[in-house]
Amino acid sequence: MADSIFRKLRDGGEEGELAPALTIEETVASPFALDVSCYLLANLSSSILAGKSKSEGLVLITFSRSPSFYLHFLKQQGILVSSSSKWIRVLDCYTDPLGWIGQPSTGLLSLIKMQKGVSDFKRLFSSVIEAGREMVGDGKTRFSVVIDSVNELLRHSSMPLVSSLLTDLRSHAQVSSLFWSLNTDLHQEKVTNALEYISTMKANLEPLCPSSEGKMNALENLFLVHQDFGRGWFHVRFKLRKGRVRVMSEEYHVDQIGINFSPISSAESVIAATKSLLPKVHFNLQLSEKERVEKEKVILPFEHQDHEKSTEIYDGRRNLADGKTEATPLSSGELQTDAVSSGKGGEIIYFRDSDDEHPDSDEDPDDDLDI
Amino acid sequence: MDRSLNLLDLALGFDEQLSDPSPLSGKVVLIEDCVETSGSFVLHQLMKRVLSPHSSDSLIFLAFARPFSHYDRILRKLGCNLATQKTNNRLVFVDMLMMKCSDGEETKDDVSAVAKLFREIQGTVRKLRSVTNSNITVMVDDMSLLEIAATNSNSDHVLDFLHYCHTLTSESNCSLVILNHEDIYSSMERPAFLLQMVCLADVVIKAEPLASGLANDVHGQLTVVNKGISRNSGKGSSRNKLQNFQFRIKENGIEYFYPGCRS
Repeated sequence: MADSIFRKLRDGGEEGELAPALTIEETVASPFALDVSCYLLANLSSSILAGKSKSEGLVLITFSRSPSFYLHFLKQQGILVSSSSKWIRVLDCYTDPLGWIGQPSTGLLSLIKMQKGVSDFKRLFSSVIEAGREMVGDGKTRFSVVIDSVNELLRHSSMPLVSSLLTDLRSHAQVSSLFWSLNTDLHQEKVTNALEYISTMKANLEPLCPSSEGKMNALENLFLVHQDFGRGWFHVRFKLRKGRVRVMSEEYHVDQIGINFSPISSAESVIAATKSLLPKVHFNLQLSEKERVEKEKVILPFEHQDHEKSTEIYDGRRNLADGKTEATPLSSGELQTDAVSSGKGGEIIYFRDSDDEHPDSDEDPDDDLDI
Repeated sequence: MDRSLNLLDLALGFDEQLSDPSPLSGKVVLIEDCVETSGSFVLHQLMKRVLSPHSSDSLIFLAFARPFSHYDRILRKLGCNLATQKTNNRLVFVDMLMMKCSDGEETKDDVSAVAKLFREIQGTVRKLRSVTNSNITVMVDDMSLLEIAATNSNSDHVLDFLHYCHTLTSESNCSLVILNHEDIYSSMERPAFLLQMVCLADVVIKAEPLASGLANDVHGQLTVVNKGISRNSGKGSSRNKLQNFQFRIKENGIEYFYPGCRS
């Protein structure tokens, strides 16, 4: 499913349509949007390099990490980026977004451009397009745009301006696809919703133990996830061209190397659904899959354990087999009388314990019940 | 370096084999505390670790909360002389209490005051980088006071300052250690400032009282989240770990133990 996002981004939109856009949503308790971005970035880069993608270049706008972080990451993935690389341009909005430093430090690759005054969106937009055209030219060839985080943009500016910038980028004829990440805990719901509206896909990272409490506890949630930190659900919502909406879910796991996606097994999802409904208690109310299997193996003492014969439950009627075996003793009267005389046919032997005990009768033992 | 590692050291990624001598380089550590449990002892311990005679790391300390003599007294009890380290150029102590008094009369807008502070730190970092190749740690005690000192209206300038400090971690591979108080923001519905800091941090250390109330021999508990999303996360084994243990503050050190394991 993470693959299908990647495929949509790789293939881009049809001509004359808005470019497909993806919002990656993280929370404080599952801060892995960067890992997802890196995953998509690496895949997009390699498909561009292999010529499998409709776009021929990639403009990366960095806000939350330095350009060298991404170049280092790409290098780890076996994608080497040098000054002569014709397929990637980096707009550095991380190092000096407000112009405090003035003098940039040396040693920057020529493909990295420093961007100052990030709240000037017109300039930002034109530098993105300029950087794209530098790679693919003015023609019909297209490029992808990656914004690593819009949190900083939203902090420096208002939501309408940010969404208009994103829409402008999407509607530009040369932009083939676009994605950005967002931390939903940092912004009001309105902002999150607005950005979801203008994107065709939404990927949501949800921690394994979602809490139903309010947003106030976003911070506490971080400390609640315990051993499950680094694991969770990855929900994706596609808005298809015809207007249909498709939601898919996957499981993610973040380790040293990066993020991994795996399909959800149904049993686990059931447990997760019930987990959030139950009150928090100190003892375990659920059984794990293994415990359940082992529990089923236990043979209870009153259970019928003779596996060779079928279990017979007396339902008040005689079944055919019984009828045959008992038919013989009933037909011969001798046998029956014999059993009675020998005392084996079933009799009750009763000794009175003492004289105090009244013989069993309908008499009122205490004379006060008025029987 | 102190060979006997405590639980906090292990949670932060220091290990006995010293496979990674400075696991915090290029990372942001956020220490969060509350009124009931102060987290400043974590800061002191990290100070001691940075300035230990076995390493050559240096420290830039921005003190908003307390004067130099306070830290000097505490660190001396832990076996570390701050005055000597200052003369050795391993400690740059920026007393913001004094600074604030001195340019109180000047009418400057907040942005430039914070920007000026950052340029000062950046200058110091570059100066230290030119003489030494070892790790540089920038510590802020504490961030909420910077918010009060630098801005009267909004916390955006402090966040900008934080962002720029974050650029130091990637540019010069510095460590950034920040102390902040959580309960200041507890009444806010969406404490954006606090959440931004948590998002920025690679390691969050939270000091809080015991859930069961105050105890004589346990002074509180620490929760350490090691997000480790950093470029040197590849080798760190402590990535995505959440650890919880209790502590007892003693006269000249801290004792850490897992809940119920105190000998």
